Amino acid sequence: MGQTITEKIFASHLRDKPTAENAVLDLDVVMCHEITTPIAITDLMERGMDRVFDKNRIKAVIDHVTPSKDSKTATQAKILRDWARRHGIKDFFDIGANGVCHALFPEKGFIRPGYTVIMGDSHTCTHGAFGAFAAGIGTTDLEVGILKGVCTFRLPQTMKIEIVGRLTDNVSAKDVILYIIKELTVNGATDKVMEFVGPVVDKMSMESRMTLCNMAIEAGATCGVCLPDRVTAEYLWPFIRDEYSSLDEAVADFAGWHSDPDAAFAETRTFDVSSLVPQVTYGFKPDEVKDVTEMAGTEVDQIYMGSCTNGRIEDLRAAAALLRGKKLAAGVRGILSPATPAVFSQANDEGLLKIFMEAGFCVTNPTCGACLGMSNGVLAPGEVCASTTNRNFNGRMGKGGMVHLMSPVSAVAAGINGFITDPRTIKG
Amino acid sequence: MKTFGGSALMLDRNDINTDEIIPAKYLTENSKPALKPFILEDLKLDGFNPATDINNKGVIVTRNNFGCGSSREHAVWVFEVNEINVVIAESFARIFRQNMFNCGMPAIELKKEEINDIFTLSGPVEIAVDPEKNTLTAKGDRELTFSFDLNPFDRDLVLAGGWLAYADKKY
Ligand code: SF4
Repeated sequence: MGQTITEKIFASHLRDKPTAENAVLDLDVVMCHEITTPIAITDLMERGMDRVFDKNRIKAVIDHVTPSKDSKTATQAKILRDWARRHGIKDFFDIGANGVCHALFPEKGFIRPGYTVIMGDSHTCTHGAFGAFAAGIGTTDLEVGILKGVCTFRLPQTMKIEIVGRLTDNVSAKDVILYIIKELTVNGATDKVMEFVGPVVDKMSMESRMTLCNMAIEAGATCGVCLPDRVTAEYLWPFIRDEYSSLDEAVADFAGWHSDPDAAFAETRTFDVSSLVPQVTYGFKPDEVKDVTEMAGTEVDQIYMGSCTNGRIEDLRAAAALLRGKKLAAGVRGILSPATPAVFSQANDEGLLKIFMEAGFCVTNPTCGACLGMSNGVLAPGEVCASTTNRNFNGRMGKGGMVHLMSPVSAVAAGINGFITDPRTIKG
Repeated sequence: MKTFGGSALMLDRNDINTDEIIPAKYLTENSKPALKPFILEDLKLDGFNPATDINNKGVIVTRNNFGCGSSREHAVWVFEVNEINVVIAESFARIFRQNMFNCGMPAIELKKEEINDIFTLSGPVEIAVDPEKNTLTAKGDRELTFSFDLNPFDRDLVLAGGWLAYADKKY
């Protein structure tokens, strides 16, 4: 019997198998941010266990609230900063070098095909785009990961998600994943890995694949995963050029991780996206999704562009192409938060920031900020935001606020008109 | 052997997420007790009032996909510091369920009909859980007994007092 990519990763990292259903895996990377890690650090210190299993396999960033907004967040940042210094963690990203974790760490080449990755953050599933098993975990798992370099999972089953057809203009990975979540529902993939395959995925950039995998958790999945291929190898090439004699060799090596043709899948679902139109959420759950045409006319107060879902250069380019020469509607606030310093600087070089600023957007430093309602654009009760983020939970961006999730081009279209708008109707 | 149970808090809704259990703005607290007053602050549930409904509860009974969303273990700790030590649901989101066992607290799944039965009890409901026999009783105007499946590894975590204690000994 063949194996899925996830089964191959589990088999190659298996430390222990306490029961037939449970596995304890060795970890390649443990990632940390300043919201969920400080309490783990403090607890380890109190227990007299302030150690790290391998300082080179731990990556840390201050990204959720940066620059710190008050003394509590400053203290969280300080605990992480002091800890990184104390243990000699060199891959620690502080102000000036920091960005949203799930955008920053891939950019640094930290994630490779076949890796096992954990982070105290549910959107860790993003990194599955590289053919890794990457899962969000809680603080106790994080503590054990930091201390022992292991984590426990039930053996996950895989749901194969085949994406076929051809995406049309102004329909992107975000629309695809919103549509899939709508079809699967918020727990349709619980305890499963969503393996994204098919011609549409093959053609997607790494950025788009990250958007796809980023929202796997919104269907309850443990992880999203894409099969690592030439696109993956090209993205990683600056980091792996010393390990392979050619790109072809890397591509061939990566293919070893692919699911075997006779691998067993718990379920296979096929989605034809040829007639897919832009998708928008309407409620407080990420599976409450409608065609943008059904939502058109819903007034918005704020546009939020950024996050680990859609704050990458590809997203900014697509949004800026639609926005060029136009302005935000009167009374609409626009906030752009490029996800990392590299994205910020690239967007600057390409003149994209200028397009946003001339349209009336405020450009913030890279941070999670308003995505989780902590800073940089929290909504007032009753306000509505067109957002490129991944969660529309009640109160997510501020108590009493309403968040409509959508793609970057749809968010910009809403900004131009002041209400939810089909981006395909905006004239260039 | 630690016992689990207490008065039941009935949350009659699917898909209650961790942002509702403890909003992100409180994740700046660096101690578990500080989370106490903010339990279920953003829960969208008709008739529910966190100020009066939480008092002296030990068990949560709820529906499908409980604890979905963010990975924050604060969602378990805010129960812990409010002396809620068991959650019984039709199903859980993976990370929340793991966080419960990692903290040495049982997350128990019952069938839809069984959860329905508990919701039909009237009067205050008292629940007692026996994690060694895999049974629980729910007592309101009548008494119901259920058996449940607990993965042996999850039970070991509960008995060890959580994953850190277990892993520290073993790995
Ligand atoms: S951008 Fe939003 S979803 Fe992504 S890691 Fe930050 S807070 Fe979480």
